[in-house]
Amino acid sequence: MGTTETGILSGRLSPVEYEKNFSDLHPPLDEHEALVASDRCYFCYDAPCMTACPTSIDIPLFIRQISTGNPIGSANTIFDQNILGGMCARVCPTETLCEQACVRNTAEHRPVEIGRLQRYATDIAMRENRQFYERAQPTGKSVAVIGAGPAGLACAHRLAVKGHDVVIYDAREKAGGLNEYGIATYKTVDDFAQAEVDYVLSIGGIDIRNRQMLGRDFSLSDMLAKHDAVFLGLGLAGVNALRAEGETAEGVEDAVDFIAALRQSETKSDIPVGRRVVVLGGGMTAIDAAVQAKLLGAEEVTICYRRGKESMNASEFEQDLAASKGVAIRHWLQPKRIIARDGKVAGIELDYTTIEDGRLTTTGETGAITADHVLKAIGQTFEADGLGIIALQSGRIVIDDEGRTSLDRVWAGGDCVLGGEDLTVSAVAMGRDAAESINRVLAAASQPAVAVA
Amino acid sequence: MADLRNNFVGIKSPNPFWLASAPPTDKAYNVERAFKAGWGGVVWKTLGEEGPPVVNVNGPRYGAIWGADRRLLGLNNIELITDRDLYTNLREMKQVKMNWPDRALIASIMVPCEENAWKSILPLVEETGADGIELNFGCPHGMSERGMGAAVGQVPEYIEMVVRWCKQYTRMPVITKLTPNITDIRKPARAAKSGGTDAVSLINTINSITSVNLDTFSPEPSIDGKGSHGGYCGPAVKPIALNMVAEIARDPETYGLPISGIGGITTWRDAAEFLVLGAGNVQVCTAAMTYGFKIVQEMITGLSSWMDAKGHRTLDDICGRAVPNVSDWQYLNLNYIAKARIDQDACIKCGRCHIACEDTSHQAITQYVDGVRHFEVMEDECVGCNLCVNVCPVQDCITMVGLEPGTLDERTGKTVDPNYANWTTHPNNPMARQAAE
Repeated sequence: MGTTETGILSGRLSPVEYEKNFSDLHPPLDEHEALVASDRCYFCYDAPCMTACPTSIDIPLFIRQISTGNPIGSANTIFDQNILGGMCARVCPTETLCEQACVRNTAEHRPVEIGRLQRYATDIAMRENRQFYERAQPTGKSVAVIGAGPAGLACAHRLAVKGHDVVIYDAREKAGGLNEYGIATYKTVDDFAQAEVDYVLSIGGIDIRNRQMLGRDFSLSDMLAKHDAVFLGLGLAGVNALRAEGETAEGVEDAVDFIAALRQSETKSDIPVGRRVVVLGGGMTAIDAAVQAKLLGAEEVTICYRRGKESMNASEFEQDLAASKGVAIRHWLQPKRIIARDGKVAGIELDYTTIEDGRLTTTGETGAITADHVLKAIGQTFEADGLGIIALQSGRIVIDDEGRTSLDRVWAGGDCVLGGEDLTVSAVAMGRDAAESINRVLAAASQPAVAVA
Repeated sequence: MADLRNNFVGIKSPNPFWLASAPPTDKAYNVERAFKAGWGGVVWKTLGEEGPPVVNVNGPRYGAIWGADRRLLGLNNIELITDRDLYTNLREMKQVKMNWPDRALIASIMVPCEENAWKSILPLVEETGADGIELNFGCPHGMSERGMGAAVGQVPEYIEMVVRWCKQYTRMPVITKLTPNITDIRKPARAAKSGGTDAVSLINTINSITSVNLDTFSPEPSIDGKGSHGGYCGPAVKPIALNMVAEIARDPETYGLPISGIGGITTWRDAAEFLVLGAGNVQVCTAAMTYGFKIVQEMITGLSSWMDAKGHRTLDDICGRAVPNVSDWQYLNLNYIAKARIDQDACIKCGRCHIACEDTSHQAITQYVDGVRHFEVMEDECVGCNLCVNVCPVQDCITMVGLEPGTLDERTGKTVDPNYANWTTHPNNPMARQAAE
C-alpha cells in the first residue's frame, strides 16, 4: 500500500503494484484449461445459451470445435455472428446472458465458461491474424457510419463484406468507442481494443476519419449528399448532471472521464485519485470506476446508490468483484450536496431514501461521508445535435426492427437508440443487422430494370 | 461382511482380483507392490523359452483413446512377452511365492508350438511353486508372426494339442487364455476343454490401430514413422469381453468350464458383471496401469458393500447368476412393452433426447409444450428404444418403464398382452408360418 495522503494524487503506488492491480481480471485459458472447460459443454439442441446471446453465436458449435482441437474453426463460428467476439468475450456480462442460461446451472450450479472459451478461440485467430472474410465485388455504393464504437464497427464490417465502401466518422482520437474509452482496464489489457479495430478493418474498404464530430464538423445532410446510406452509431456522449450544491467543487469528476483517462494511460501512475472516494451510481460504470479507484490506491471507496441492491444495473458478479476489491456498496443514499472546503471536495452529504407509494423519496434523515474525490456515474445521455428531424423518443433515436430511423436512408443502432441495452454485444447485433438491412436496400436499388413484355 | 475368498480351479486367493499377465507383473518389484496393495493374485508376465530373450521396440509401445477430460478409455500395446532372462523370472517367482504364500501366483507361458518346448519349460515353472499356468494363446502382435500367441489361439486344433501336452507334463492347473481375434469364441473354448484344460481366461487384447498421426500419416504408436497393429484393452473392450465370457458360460459344450474374466475391468461394478456372467474370478491390467495398484481397494470394498447390501455371502452366491438370462434374440418377449419417461424435476433441458429422437429415431419427444421449452415423451410414438436414456447427461432422469399387462399401448392402440411370445411363433416370421402350416 502506497501513500494515504489526503487529496487527489497520482503515484500513490509503486510501479509493480500498478502493474499487478491492472493486469488481466480473468487470465486467458491455456490449451489444457480450454479442453477441460469445453468438455463440459453438452452440445445442447437449440441451446439456451445461444438464445440468450444478443448476437446468437452458435455457442455449442464453437465449443465443440475447441474440444476437437479446431480453435480456428471455432473463431470463425464466433465471428460469423459477432466480429467483435474478442471484446465481447472479455466484457459481456455472461453471468446474465449465455452463462446464466447454461443448463449446467441446473445440473450443478456452475455453467460452462463460455466467455473464457470464446476468448480462447478468438485470441488464437487474432494472434495468427486469420481472416475469414473477403469483400464481395465492389458495389460502387458508399455508406457513412457515424461512430466507431461496437455498433459502428460491426455495421461497417458487414457492409464491407457485402462489397460496399464505408467511411467511418468518429469524434475521438481513436476508434473503438466505449471499447477504447469506456471499459475497465483490467477487462481489456494489452491495448486489445485497438488490436481489434485493426483486425476488423483489415477486411479493407473501410476508411476511418477520426476527430470528425456530427454537428460540429459535418451535418447529417452532408452525409446523405455524399453517401448512399448512413448508419448512426453515436453512443451516449453526454452525462447526467448531479444537480446538487457544490457540484462544481474541485474533485467532482464524471466517472466516464476517469475511466477513459485510465484506459489512455500507459502506467496508471499518472492518474490521480483521492484518498477517500465516493462513487455515485449503481451501474457498471459505477463499479468500474470504484474498483479502479481502489486499484489506484484510494484508501476508502464507497459506492452510494439511491435505491436497493435489487435495482442496481451492475450485475451480481460485478458487485461481488467490487466487494472483493474492498469497495463498500451502500444503498438507499442520494446525494444532497457536495461539502467543499477551499473550493475542494471535503465530503458529501446524503439523504436517506425509501420507496413510498412506488416512488423514490427521502426519509428526512441525512448522513455525511468524508471524501476528497467524488465520481459521478449517474447515467449517460444521448446528445442529439445535428440529427435534424429524426424522430426521438425518451431522448433516444427511434428505430424499427431492421434499424431504420424515421429518415429515409438513415439507420441507427447501439446505445443511442431507444431500447438500446447499454451492452457491447447488443450494439454489435444492431450494427450487424442494420448492415444487412442497408445491403438489402442498396442491392434492390442497383437491380437493373426488368423489361416487362 | 461378505466373504471374498476365491477358489479358482483349486487356486486359492484372498479375493478374486488378479493382475493379468502384462507389464505390471513382469518382475518381483512390481508384484510385491501389488500384493502389498491387496491384489489377490497375479499372472506373471509371459515367459518364453530358454535362450536369448525377446527384444522390444525402443520407441513408444502404447497407443490410446480418451474420453472427456482425457479419461483413458482404450489402450493398445505392441509390447512382447517378457524381455528378461527366463531364469531371472523363475528365481523371482519362487521368492515372491515364498514371501506371499496366501496369494495366487500363476505363470503365463508362450513357447513354440512343439511338444519338446512345452515339455522342457513346464518342470522349470513347477519348481517355482507357482499355483498354476496360463497358456498365452492370445498375444495378437509380434509373437503371432512367429507362430505363437494368437497364431495358436486362432486354430482350435493347435489349442487342443498344446493343452494336452501341458496336462500331460505338469500337475499344475492349466488355464488357457483365449484371443478375441476370431469369429466364434466358443470354438477355441471347446478345443481347450477337449484338450483337458482346467479353465479358460479371456479376453486377450484385440487387434487395433488406436489412431493415426495426421501430420506424419503414421499409425500410433509410431516407431520411426511406421506403426503396427497392437492389442487393444481398457474400458472400451469390456462389452466385447462380457459377451465372449457369456457365450462360453452358456454354451452347452463348455457349460461349467471355469472362466477367468478379463477385459476392461476398471471398477468393482465391472468385476461383478463378469462374475455374474460366469467368470470365477477376474484379471485386471489397464486400470492398474492407469491409476496404480491402489484401485484394488476400491474394487474389494465396492464388491463387498454390494454383496452385503444384496445379502450375498460368498462369491459362489453370485458367480454365473446372470447366465440364465442371456438369451438369443429370437426368444426375447415381444409382448414386453416399455416407454421412456422423463423426470421433469431432474431434466436440465439440454434437449439432447429430443434431437436424438427427432433427427435419428422416432420423433417421440417434444421440444416445446405450450410454447415453453419442455421435453416430454409422446407415448403414441415411443417404441421404447432407450436411445434417449443413453444420450441424456443426467443419470436416472430418463427411465424405461414397462407397461403393465392390460394397459393400452398408445402407439399400437393395443392392450399389453400378459403372455410371453417371441419371434419363433410370431406371425411375421416366415419360418413360424411354415411350422404352423
